[in-house]
Amino acid sequence: MGPFTAIVVQPAGTRATRTTSVYILDNRHFFLRALTFFCPHHWTYTNSAPNVATMIRYTLKRLLSLILSLAVASLVIFFVIEVAPGDPASFMLGLNAQPDTVAALRTELGLDQSKFARYASWVTGMLSGDFGTSYTYRTPVAGMITDRLWVSLPLALYALILSTLIAFPAGIYAAARRGKTGDMAVMGATQLGVAVPNFWFAMMLVLIFAINLRWFNAGGFAGWDKGIWAGLHSLTLPAISLALPQAAILARVMRSALLDILGEDFMRTARAKGLSRRQALWRHGLRNALIPVLTIIGLQFSFLLAGAIIIEQVFYLPGLGRLVFQAISARDLIVVESVVMLLVFAVITVNFLVDLAYALVDPRLRSRT
Amino acid sequence: MSRNLIIGTVLSLLVLLAALVSFVWTPFDHAAMNIPDKLQTPNGTHWLGTDHFGRDIFSMVMVGARTSIAVALVAVGIGMSIGIPLGLTAAARSGSWLDELIMRGNDLVFAFPSLVIAILITAIFGAGAVNAIIAIGIFNIPVFARITRGAALSLWQREFILAARVAGKGAARISTEHILPNVANLLIVQGTIQFSLGILAEAGLSYVGLGAQPPTPSWGRMLADAQTMVSFAPHLALIPGSAIIVTVLGLNLMGDGLRDWLDPKLRVGRT
Repeated sequence: MGPFTAIVVQPAGTRATRTTSVYILDNRHFFLRALTFFCPHHWTYTNSAPNVATMIRYTLKRLLSLILSLAVASLVIFFVIEVAPGDPASFMLGLNAQPDTVAALRTELGLDQSKFARYASWVTGMLSGDFGTSYTYRTPVAGMITDRLWVSLPLALYALILSTLIAFPAGIYAAARRGKTGDMAVMGATQLGVAVPNFWFAMMLVLIFAINLRWFNAGGFAGWDKGIWAGLHSLTLPAISLALPQAAILARVMRSALLDILGEDFMRTARAKGLSRRQALWRHGLRNALIPVLTIIGLQFSFLLAGAIIIEQVFYLPGLGRLVFQAISARDLIVVESVVMLLVFAVITVNFLVDLAYALVDPRLRSRT
Repeated sequence: MSRNLIIGTVLSLLVLLAALVSFVWTPFDHAAMNIPDKLQTPNGTHWLGTDHFGRDIFSMVMVGARTSIAVALVAVGIGMSIGIPLGLTAAARSGSWLDELIMRGNDLVFAFPSLVIAILITAIFGAGAVNAIIAIGIFNIPVFARITRGAALSLWQREFILAARVAGKGAARISTEHILPNVANLLIVQGTIQFSLGILAEAGLSYVGLGAQPPTPSWGRMLADAQTMVSFAPHLALIPGSAIIVTVLGLNLMGDGLRDWLDPKLRVGRT
């Protein structure tokens, strides 16, 4: 996605990685050990292994705030859409509709009930997987969303994988050649990558690869029933255009995380042990740098879901974004509410999981919140 | 002054200049249609060519700069004027319920996929520059609140603040007289970054038809118009796209350069 992507939030744990005291996890924590395989050495050997009781307390606390956030988010979404001008019933029936027809439709859609009753039934419905019935299509919203998710979710994942595949080598390369021509070139490219609007980049991709070279279709989605390759093929250009700005951001994060790590004591120890700069970077630097990078990837997933909205418009893909657009213009408020709520739910949940993973590996964070 | 800062400032000033000059002079009337001259490639008369209505693209890009800058600037203004006081308050009362409320509210706004909500606001309350400004501005609030609070928190531990407290100054006066000037650098840097993000956001919203409405020219809408003609008139897409890239690149470089220049610690760290 373009617009808001570059809000790179410094994750709470990034700067707090400077513990080097030695402690070996005892065997009760074998499950944590499995998890910490991907974690920095000095976290694995940190001086206070995650205590199960505090961890559970922390999880419950965060879970409570997760539920609270979701509740407030649902209230905000519902009432923002409520105050929107335009009654769905009169909109659906057009200008010449009789007042009693409109009233009948309002009753049928449940619009004549009080706001709070409708809010309550919307929320309880969602909790049981019932997202209501679309005003315009007369089909369950849940089904419409699932259909579209089969486009939007693979697209976001595809873009995420692409951006990681580009960003990791680029970031590592730049960090290893810090200050040299290679570093400058990569950094210059990322500056450009952040500045390019992804929908414009998408148009250029279409111009080159669809119109001139004819390697891809200019738009549309082949559908998964034609085989996984046909589906992936039609998602390739959209995924590339989504991935580009994300890759630029990720490469910068990767580089600066690695450079941070390079100044650490344990890196000096690794060098003193006789490893070359390159070996130290690969064996010790990379794993430690992964933590901030993984956070950014977590954050980016939500940006990708949202960014897909504009890209779906460019490529005429039948995803969630187009669903929202169509629903907004048809005043199909129940669809709008549910899709937005779903997106917010995804973001809040991903953030929750990232927080939890942090707490597992860095005990100090648990006391902070 | 680093090279980044110089290049970035020059690029940004160029765009600003184009926007300002467009108030008094453009090569042609940006809205004047002239069908016989349609779809010209760049030439002596029309420096950047003409679009499908024969409008002069150079003039449209100049006036479009005005729209982009206005939207992004006001959006940053909204973010700053609400976010900074919130951040200062949260830091001054850190640990209190007020701090908690402000920060949780921040998290909540962050949790909304910003573009979705921007689209929602503009689509529900009508497409237009004003609603685009509000939509982008709302998401600038938590950015500034968070940065202000983070920087102010560490300042509150400093001795000169203690001195001010001993001198009998209240939290509000300390915040405005001592904290704010010391976080200003950081806020200016973040301001330029949010400004560039605002330009991208405005372009995105205009592209999907939710930003500035005709006849107000905007880069995003020029791109939307160009989409169907990109196969036979690629300059229609290339030119507004380049305008966006130059502006955003300039602002980002300027932000990076400013950060290095204003923060002496980073300058030492770099060498």
